[in-house]
Amino acid sequence: MGRYVTAGLFLLPACFVLVVWVIYPALYTIVRSFFGPTGYLGHWVGIHNYKALFTTSTLTTAIKNNAIWVAVVPAFVTAIGLLFAVLTERVRWSVAFKTVVFLPMAISAFATGVTWRIMYEQDPSQGAVNALGKVVKDAVSPPGVLPSAAPSTSNVVTAHGGMVLTTPLHPGGVALLGLTAIPPDQIPKGAAQAVNPTPKPGDIVGVVWRDFKPGGGKPGVVEKGELGLPGVTVELRSSSSGKVVQSSTANADGTFEFTNVPQGTYQAGVGAKTFAKPFGGFAWLGPKLITPALLIAYIWIWAGFSMVVIAAGMAAMPRDVLEAARTDGASEWQVFRRVTVPLLAPVLSVVLITMIINVLKVFDIVLALAPESTQSNANVIALAMWRTAFGGVNDFGTGSAIAVFLFLLVIPVLALNVRRFKREV
Amino acid sequence: MATAAETIRLPAPHERVSARILRALGKAPVQIVLVVLGLLWLVPTFGLLITSLLPQSITTNQGWWKVFSHPSSLTWANYNAMFHNHGLLTALKTTAYIAVGNTLLIIVVGALAAYALAWLDFPGRDWIFIGVIALLVVPLQMALIPMFRLYDTFGLYDTVLGIILFHVAFGLPFAIFLLRNFFIGIPKDILESARIDGANELVIFLRLIIPLGLPAIASLAIFQFLWTWNDLIVALTFGQNVQPITVWIFGQLREFESSIDVIAPAAFISLAIPLAIFFAFQRYFVQGLLAGSVK
Repeated sequence: MGRYVTAGLFLLPACFVLVVWVIYPALYTIVRSFFGPTGYLGHWVGIHNYKALFTTSTLTTAIKNNAIWVAVVPAFVTAIGLLFAVLTERVRWSVAFKTVVFLPMAISAFATGVTWRIMYEQDPSQGAVNALGKVVKDAVSPPGVLPSAAPSTSNVVTAHGGMVLTTPLHPGGVALLGLTAIPPDQIPKGAAQAVNPTPKPGDIVGVVWRDFKPGGGKPGVVEKGELGLPGVTVELRSSSSGKVVQSSTANADGTFEFTNVPQGTYQAGVGAKTFAKPFGGFAWLGPKLITPALLIAYIWIWAGFSMVVIAAGMAAMPRDVLEAARTDGASEWQVFRRVTVPLLAPVLSVVLITMIINVLKVFDIVLALAPESTQSNANVIALAMWRTAFGGVNDFGTGSAIAVFLFLLVIPVLALNVRRFKREV
Repeated sequence: MATAAETIRLPAPHERVSARILRALGKAPVQIVLVVLGLLWLVPTFGLLITSLLPQSITTNQGWWKVFSHPSSLTWANYNAMFHNHGLLTALKTTAYIAVGNTLLIIVVGALAAYALAWLDFPGRDWIFIGVIALLVVPLQMALIPMFRLYDTFGLYDTVLGIILFHVAFGLPFAIFLLRNFFIGIPKDILESARIDGANELVIFLRLIIPLGLPAIASLAIFQFLWTWNDLIVALTFGQNVQPITVWIFGQLREFESSIDVIAPAAFISLAIPLAIFFAFQRYFVQGLLAGSVK
């Protein structure tokens, strides 16, 4: 009898805390989810709150987003962890690498949110992610010489991605391509006073110039004080086929010529490349990209966890099995695919399950990383619950229903844990 | 770290220099990939550190990496201002109270229960433990609404104690799980001989179990400390004037760009303490992680 009393005393504090703070509230929340928004219980509404879960657009967005989280994060975290664990096995300084990747685990999801918000600034001159994007984009397709230029007269129109003079040209003709809206710092280096070209028989000549001088000037006329635009690509298109037949580059005074043009009707214009806009940066924190942005930051946090757990699993693996496979002539890839991964399967599943639970409960990072304007686009179940119950709406009925829904989602994992324990005993 | 496989293949401390160079070269691609990945993983935290050291006039105009060309723009001014910011200092103090209080309380309550579940014999013991495992996954959202009401009634709303107790309750299943599994590995003979010598259970618990269970307790302590230090949702729900550092920063986020000179250093301080703890007790951290990765 005394034995039971002793056991009871040892268990008492824990039982008290668990009953008052976990079990009673959980039961209350389940009951509460069938009642209206306010009051200790409010009025009975049946399953109305659960219907609201799947009909209110903010809540369905949260469920959809959480589905994306579950589909993407656990798989990526496990794969990256496995990759890192395998790679670090081959270097001497694996401890240093593991420490670096593991670091974010100690940081709060909240501080991570702040950290990544700095990374995700849209302006490539401020946000590191977009700065990297700009380096890549500029290498692939460099920005044009005149990204903001516009035609100065109505007979020059936007076409083929560039600008085209609508006046038809024949050999011996002259093309005047006036452009405006060019800020002084975008005027090409070495630009000289623009010159009216002299017509030549058999050729089509022209000038491309900044049709603007301090005070304005007359549109469509080359005047003193107006500069040529050297380096601009000009194209000559056949009017009938629309194809580029010749292209040329403007001189310092803006003049250019297409030589030995066969008989026919042509159009002259400035190539699309000239007007290519510089990379403005992706709106990572905007409504469309906010969820991917969150996923990246979250994977950054948890990759270290997965790596450490998988590396521990690999350390416990029987080395002779791997060695035997190698002696039998298996390639490194075959060893990995046919021996390492199957042996690691239990560890991988633990990582996957842990990540599924984590992702279902994700909350802090969304609140920290998503600006208020996009929080409803980035919404997830746990955040929706909090916002519904405490974030101004104060609807305790629907809030309870969301909590119960979240609980239902993790119950399969609960069952799995209990089964694993029963097998152990 | 040489793997077992390599030691078999190359049994040579007398390995030739040329062979060693060749081997290192063969691994070069892996080394390079890992260096790049490691740097990539460091960039965000490093960026936060640099941002916290720049005046706001610079951070709103250009990226923090430009600092490499103008290292002179770095300044302690933000940190100086921070140590005169009364609200932030109070928030740091509150965070410390919550984290330490929760950690101590959960060790005591958790260890007592874990000992009973590991070594005391009573009917239904395994069922209680299964119950604890079941509670492991209950999301804390299940308790927010009812506890909000209860706290209001019992005057625990907006108190450090209220926040601590909520953390203890939701950390307890993990604590009991971790400690019970460690305690059960303590050799039975030690306990039996102590019992034969007439020691009562409390003496055994204090004199044997606690000292022998110290590695697991250390892991648990680190985890609990970090969880509560990093918590946002509990403090946000049950506190109003009682604000830990996360809630305090959260209050500043509305004006992210214009108050970045306050947010960045505060965020960095808020993560510097967990980082210091992590570096000091890395071993226990990883142990706890491996033992509890079922959670």
